[in-house]
Amino acid sequence: SWTPSRKHQRTSGPVEVTVRDALNQAMDEELERDERVFLMGEEVAQYDGAYKVSRGLWKKYGDKRIIDTPISEMGFAGIAVGAAMAGLRPICEFMTFNFSMQAIDQVINSAAKTYYMSAGLQPVPIVFRGPNGASAGVAAQHSQCFAAWYAHCPGLKVVSPWNSEDAKGLLKSAIRDDNPVVFLENELMYGVPFEMSEDSQSKDFTIPIGKAKIERQGNHVTLVSHSRFVGHCLDAAAVLAKEGIECEVINLRTIRPMDVESIETSVMKTNHLVTVEGGWPQFGVGAEICARVMEGSAFNFLDAPVTRVTGVDIPMPYAKILEDHSLPQVKDIIFSVKKTLNV
Amino acid sequence: MKTMLTVISNALCRITGKNVGARVAVTRNFADFTPQVTFDIKKCDLHRLEAGPPVKAELTREQGLQYYRTMQMVRRVELKADQLYKQKIIRGFCHLYDGQEACAAGIEAAISPSDHLITAYRAHGYTYTRGVSIRQILAELTGRKGGVAKGKGGSMHMYAPHFYGGNGIVGAQVPLGAGIALACQYRGNNQVCVTLYGDGAANQGQLFETFNMAALWKLPCVFICENNKYGMGTAVERAAASTDYYKRGDFIPGLRVDGMDVLSVREATRFAADHCRAGKGPIVMELQTYRYHGHSMSDPGVSYRTREEIQEVRSKSDPISLLRERMLSNNMASAEEFKEMDVEIRKEVDDAAQFATSDPEPPLEDLCNHVFSNNPPLDVRGTHPWSKLKSVS
Repeated sequence: SWTPSRKHQRTSGPVEVTVRDALNQAMDEELERDERVFLMGEEVAQYDGAYKVSRGLWKKYGDKRIIDTPISEMGFAGIAVGAAMAGLRPICEFMTFNFSMQAIDQVINSAAKTYYMSAGLQPVPIVFRGPNGASAGVAAQHSQCFAAWYAHCPGLKVVSPWNSEDAKGLLKSAIRDDNPVVFLENELMYGVPFEMSEDSQSKDFTIPIGKAKIERQGNHVTLVSHSRFVGHCLDAAAVLAKEGIECEVINLRTIRPMDVESIETSVMKTNHLVTVEGGWPQFGVGAEICARVMEGSAFNFLDAPVTRVTGVDIPMPYAKILEDHSLPQVKDIIFSVKKTLNV
Repeated sequence: MKTMLTVISNALCRITGKNVGARVAVTRNFADFTPQVTFDIKKCDLHRLEAGPPVKAELTREQGLQYYRTMQMVRRVELKADQLYKQKIIRGFCHLYDGQEACAAGIEAAISPSDHLITAYRAHGYTYTRGVSIRQILAELTGRKGGVAKGKGGSMHMYAPHFYGGNGIVGAQVPLGAGIALACQYRGNNQVCVTLYGDGAANQGQLFETFNMAALWKLPCVFICENNKYGMGTAVERAAASTDYYKRGDFIPGLRVDGMDVLSVREATRFAADHCRAGKGPIVMELQTYRYHGHSMSDPGVSYRTREEIQEVRSKSDPISLLRERMLSNNMASAEEFKEMDVEIRKEVDDAAQFATSDPEPPLEDLCNHVFSNNPPLDVRGTHPWSKLKSVS
C-alpha cells in the first residue's frame, strides 16, 4: 500500500492565524493551564472584548475568571496589582494604552518597583496588555506609543510583538513570568493573518522574553524595529533587494530587557544601522539603541552614524493626509537606508 | 385639520383667483397660533435640596420653533455623519448623539453664550449648540481644512469660544470643567461652567476628587451626568454600585431630570445655574436620556440591548417628536411649518456635507503647526533626520 511521504500530509502543519486569534489562544491556554490566571478590563467579558481579542473567553470561563470592570482604570489596575501581590496571576487589559496613563502610578509604583522595595519578598506576577500606538484616524489622544515610557522603568518587562507567533508565544511567556510585564499590542495588526508553524500551535509553545529575532538575513545594513513597523522594514527590504541592497531585519520582540547583543552582532556584520519605530523620536526606543551601540563593542564597526526612523515629533493629527505623514512609511525607510549607506 | 387661516386663504383664492393665502400661512407669529403655553413638566427627584426646579415651563412659539430647529439639526447632522462614516469618508472614532438632542438644546436654552461648557466625546451636538456651524463640524469629521480644528482634531476634538471640546479620555473633562469654574470664580464674572459626563464616566475616580474640591471651594460648576443607560457595552447596573447618579456627588446637592423633554432640561439647568451663581457651590444634575446608535460607529449597539428597547424609546420618548406633538396639540405651529423646517434643515445639512466632502484636506505645511502657542517658529524632526519640518504657532 502507498503511504504518503511526510511532506504530503495535511493533518498538521502551518496554519494561518490572525494576531487577534493568536492572542486569544494564548489567553485561553494559560487560563486553562493555571487557575490563578484571570482577565480583567473594560468590555472583556460580555462584549467579547472591545477589539474582540477575548472573544469566547467569558462564555468558556465565566464571571470569576473574566471580569468586566467599570471605566475606572486607576482603580482596577490597582485591584489587579493587589490580586497579583496576593498570589493570583491577573491579566489587566487597558482598552488602549492611552488609558493606562490614568493608572500609570499603579503600573510603576505598585507593580514595577515592589519586588525591589521588598528586597525580594513581594513579587507582582501581572500582565498589563492592550493596543499601543497609532491606529487609523483616532487622533491625538488615542494614538500614542508608550514603549519608551514603560521601557524606561526598571522592574518592568516590556514586550512588543509583531506577528501571530510573537503574539502567542510572548503572551504565554508574559503570563508565566513572575514579574510585571507590559504587553504592547497593535490594533492595526489584530486582523492580520500570519502563518504559524506547527510548533507554535502547541500549548507549551512560548517565546522567551528578552530575545530578538532575525526576520531576514542581510549583509549591507541592519534594520531594527518592533511591532507593526517590522512589516514595513520587510517591505522596504524587498524593494531594496531589487537594487542589490540586502537588509538584515531584526524584530526586537522585547523592548525591555532589550537584546542589544543581537543588534551588535548584526552591526558588526553590516556596519550600518537604521532603527524604525512608530513612537516619537525624543528619548525613544531608537535613541536608546543609539546609546547602547555607542557604549558597546559594535561602535567601532559602524561606517556611518545610526539613523533613527520615527514618528514625527507632533501630536497625531486626524486628517488622513496628515496622519499618513506623521508615521514612518516604507519610502522613508528606503530613503533612510540609502542615505545611511551613502548611495 | 384646517385652521381658520387656511379657510380664509382658500376663500381669498377663490374670490381673487390668486394664490393669495399661501404666503400668509408661513408668517411667524400669525395671530391664529397660540403665542405661548405653560406646560406641566415632570417633578425632579431631589438630593439634599429643599426645593427643585418649577414643575411648569413656559414656552413661546418662537422658542419652540427654535428648540425644534436645534434638535432637528443635530439629529440630521448625526444621521449624515452615520452615512459618511459608512462611506468611509469619516474615519476613526465617531460617537453619535441622536436621541439625546433635548439635553444639548435644553442646556443651551438655559445658559448664555458667556457661560462655559465642556463635554466628553459624544460632542457634535454641543459643538453646534455652542455656536460652530454645521459646515465646520462636518468638515472636521471629514478631516478637511475647513473643519473647525482645521482637520487636525477630528470628531472628539472640536472647540469654540467657551466650549472646551470634545475630550477623548473618559472622565478627564470633569476636573477640567471644575477648573473652568474656578476661573469664573477667580474673575468674579458670574459665569458658570456646565461640565458633562456620561454614566460610564461616573465611575471614574477623578470625578470624586473633583466633586470634593468643587464643593470645598464652592466652584460655580454644574456637573451634568447624561445617563443613557450604557457605558459602551455595559449597562449601568453592571458598572455602578449606585445608579442614582444625581446622588453620587454625596455632599453636593443633586437632581434627576427627564432628559428627553427639552423643557425639563431647560428648567433644571436654569435652576442649577442659578444655584451656582448664587454662590451656593456646585450641583449635580442627572439627565435620563437615550442614544439610538451604539456607543460608536464600530458598535452595532444591539449585542447588549434589544432592538425592541430602542424602538420603544423612539416611538414613545423621542425628544423631537415630543416637542412637535406638544406644539401641534396646543396649536402653537402647523404641521406644514414643521415639514418645511425639516426640508430646510435637510437641505442645509446636505449643503454642509457637500462642502465637507469637497473641501481639500489640510496642506502638508500645516502638519507641524500649533505645537506651541505664542512661540517663535520651531524646528520639528520628521520621520528621519533629513526631514526638517517647521512649526509655527
